[in-house]
Amino acid sequence: MVEQAAQMIVHGEAWTIKDLFVLPNEYVYWSIQIVMYPYMTGLVAGAFVLSSLYHVFGVDRLREIARYALVFSFALLPVAMMPLLLHLQQPLRGTHVLMTPHFTSAISAFGIVFMTYACIVGAEIWFVYRKFIVDSVVRLEAQQARKGLDGLLLLIYRGLTLGVRDVSPEALDSDHKAVRFLAGLGIPVACFLHGYAGFIFGSVKANALWMTPLMPVIFICSAVVSGIALCIVSYAIFMEIRKWAARHGKHWLLPDALAHGKHAVDAEHLRGVQQHEVTMTARYLLIFMTLAITLELLDIIFRGYTAVKSWDILRDVIYEHDFTKIFILQYGVGNLLPFAILLLPGLTVRRAALASLFVLFGVFMMRWNVVIGGQAFSLTFDGFMHYHLPVIPHDLETFKEGLMGALLVIATPFVIFYFLNMIVPAFMEDKDAH
Amino acid sequence: MRRRDFLRTAAVFVSGASVSLSALEFLDPGKVLAAHPQLRWAFLVDTHKCVGCGFCVKACKIENDIPLDANVTRTWVERYVIKKNGETVMDCPKGALDGYTSKLLDQGKSGKVLVPDKEVAQAFFVPKLCNHCELPACVQVCPVGATYQTADGAVLVDRQWCIGCGYCIMGCPYGVRFFHPVERVADKCTFCYHRISKGGNTACAQACPFGARRIGNLRDPDDPVAKTVLNQRVGVLRDEYGTKPHVFYLGLNKEVR
Amino acid sequence: MKRHVWRPLFVVLGLVAIILSARMIYVPADFGSQERGYTFGFHRLSNEQEWQAFPAKFKDSAYCGGCHEDKTGSWEASAHAAIPCENCHGAAFGHPDKPEKLGIDRSRGLCLRCHAKLYMPSSGRHDLPGIDAERHNPGAECVACHNPHNPSLEEM
Repeated sequence: MVEQAAQMIVHGEAWTIKDLFVLPNEYVYWSIQIVMYPYMTGLVAGAFVLSSLYHVFGVDRLREIARYALVFSFALLPVAMMPLLLHLQQPLRGTHVLMTPHFTSAISAFGIVFMTYACIVGAEIWFVYRKFIVDSVVRLEAQQARKGLDGLLLLIYRGLTLGVRDVSPEALDSDHKAVRFLAGLGIPVACFLHGYAGFIFGSVKANALWMTPLMPVIFICSAVVSGIALCIVSYAIFMEIRKWAARHGKHWLLPDALAHGKHAVDAEHLRGVQQHEVTMTARYLLIFMTLAITLELLDIIFRGYTAVKSWDILRDVIYEHDFTKIFILQYGVGNLLPFAILLLPGLTVRRAALASLFVLFGVFMMRWNVVIGGQAFSLTFDGFMHYHLPVIPHDLETFKEGLMGALLVIATPFVIFYFLNMIVPAFMEDKDAH
Repeated sequence: MRRRDFLRTAAVFVSGASVSLSALEFLDPGKVLAAHPQLRWAFLVDTHKCVGCGFCVKACKIENDIPLDANVTRTWVERYVIKKNGETVMDCPKGALDGYTSKLLDQGKSGKVLVPDKEVAQAFFVPKLCNHCELPACVQVCPVGATYQTADGAVLVDRQWCIGCGYCIMGCPYGVRFFHPVERVADKCTFCYHRISKGGNTACAQACPFGARRIGNLRDPDDPVAKTVLNQRVGVLRDEYGTKPHVFYLGLNKEVR
Repeated sequence: MKRHVWRPLFVVLGLVAIILSARMIYVPADFGSQERGYTFGFHRLSNEQEWQAFPAKFKDSAYCGGCHEDKTGSWEASAHAAIPCENCHGAAFGHPDKPEKLGIDRSRGLCLRCHAKLYMPSSGRHDLPGIDAERHNPGAECVACHNPHNPSLEEM
């Protein structure tokens, strides 16, 4: 029978508080994981664009960070999918998006664009590291007694060669051309991957805050910003770890030292590289930040000036309910502060990393203010919904769509990167490589 | 960067962009108009007749296996109290599952308010349900083809195919969709498709003692609902979204959201 | 260009082939664009029949009258004739087989749905007789005094 003794909590009820006139079925259905989703895809797209700056546009100064950004972008890829799966009510049916795509929906493109993008990044990494892979196979095969792990590595590398061991100059030249082509192809696909994430929101005509054609462009710009910022922060941190490891001889953290011998890694040299790469990248960060802020402000100004029917409630949300989140946290801490830090003369690695951390936070708040802010008001334009992030999970749903689920998503790319870095060393300096 | 390099770079960029665009495919919307000519379900709500008893809500929940105590519902009844100073107070406690039995208006977190009788200019009830739009925004945004419109106009959800992404819930301008707490898929009013396609009445319309709710066939000139829609001044909700809703209202006014 | 540059493409083509063949097995045969086109009619066709076969819970008052003529007489002549039996007696489901008996709602709350006095000018509620629920025998069941099948106050 339909009647049940216990109160039945419907999806969204656990974290939504309704105020004034809100329709019975309205809840914050898209919660923290949908904040994480554009955030993570943004990081993927941004990291890739950064690597392409070197590969396609020949910005030579970004050579070292570009290779790292490429590998990190690949490590972030599976994580862009994770929030969606954690959010779905029927995660086991996630493959339906590939099986019966309904292309009038922005989400349906996800499966195809995502796979295309994964293939491009994967292929690009293959071409960049092909020589390394072949070298590794040769080196490991030459070893007399292989330990268990080396045996596994050899197996992986053999598979990764795809049956090609040609490392003649002509072959490497072909690789180089292929990398350039793929990086060029990758930029529009990366922008598409993230632009359509913006389109997912921008095309919802039922949502007054989301519906704007600027949304995809805003998303792409903030994606590049956050991707570059994450690369700066993580590059700075990983280089610190490498310097420490190089000084103390912890070679299990240095895959390139394993491959080329310990002389390949020198702490003093690393410091020079780190300083150069981080400060260079910071300049590009500033350029994209300016673009992103301009567009976001344009959006708010335009809404206020045209003041259509929904503006009354949007004004309440933007200037009252979410004032702190938007103007203090997003624009103040996330934009103005890092701007000032980056523009002060004599930029150091630490300061750039600190500024990038603020930028990362700012872009996260921007995603939050869009996703949660868009659901902060009722379709009636006469009521509000307050979102309370579940911190301590008490069931699967509050775990998946709570703080714990979000932390899980944030932690995963670093775990993946650790293993990926073992196979294709992201920090390898190789003058012959691309 | 030299000019030739730039041109080559640009060419690579553009070719990449065109490849990724070809992944999108839009089909001819002309097909949309080739619907079944004999039958088009539509609904008529007479707000003058509604007394806010909520029998329709209860009947709908029982008929369609929506748990009574779950705070979601396929249909609901709103109360509008318009004061003499022009201010409007609205509420919809539990979707009016238990009807309106108190003068206190439920304002959620802001508590309950009482509008004294002498301040009331007019007050009335508005039943709501899925509009089974001609151009349903919810169907357009479903990424997997789990929600769709039948030839006779009903918008349904395939419970075996829905992935539960919630995009349709976000896409609906009327807030009629929700996640079914047991099935864990998107759920919505079906116009009681199982009843009307066997010649029956919808559970809500049948439970209404006052004839405030009626279902009918727009394509049948003798159908009472079709006649009313044609001959009287009926309104629809939120037509600015361009969805062409097919729940028609008698006695709608501008305060109704 | 060396020929090896095509190797990753072969891997991708292999992936595409795997997905396409998985699609052929996985997607039901009746899945596709129906009358409403790709935008609005892209679905699994048999789901329409599944919804049509959804079990109905409510019958209607005529169905009740088929057996309970003795009860329907006075009700049909009363002011409550507009209220279907099942609103108070509960949905019939498979009655009289399953369930054999229906749970009748005799609660005060049921009557108050219509008869709690609200000030609702410009709505049908205004024309219904109503009580102030807090003053009129609070807590008592209405059916202790009133006959729901013949609510006329003169005949009480």
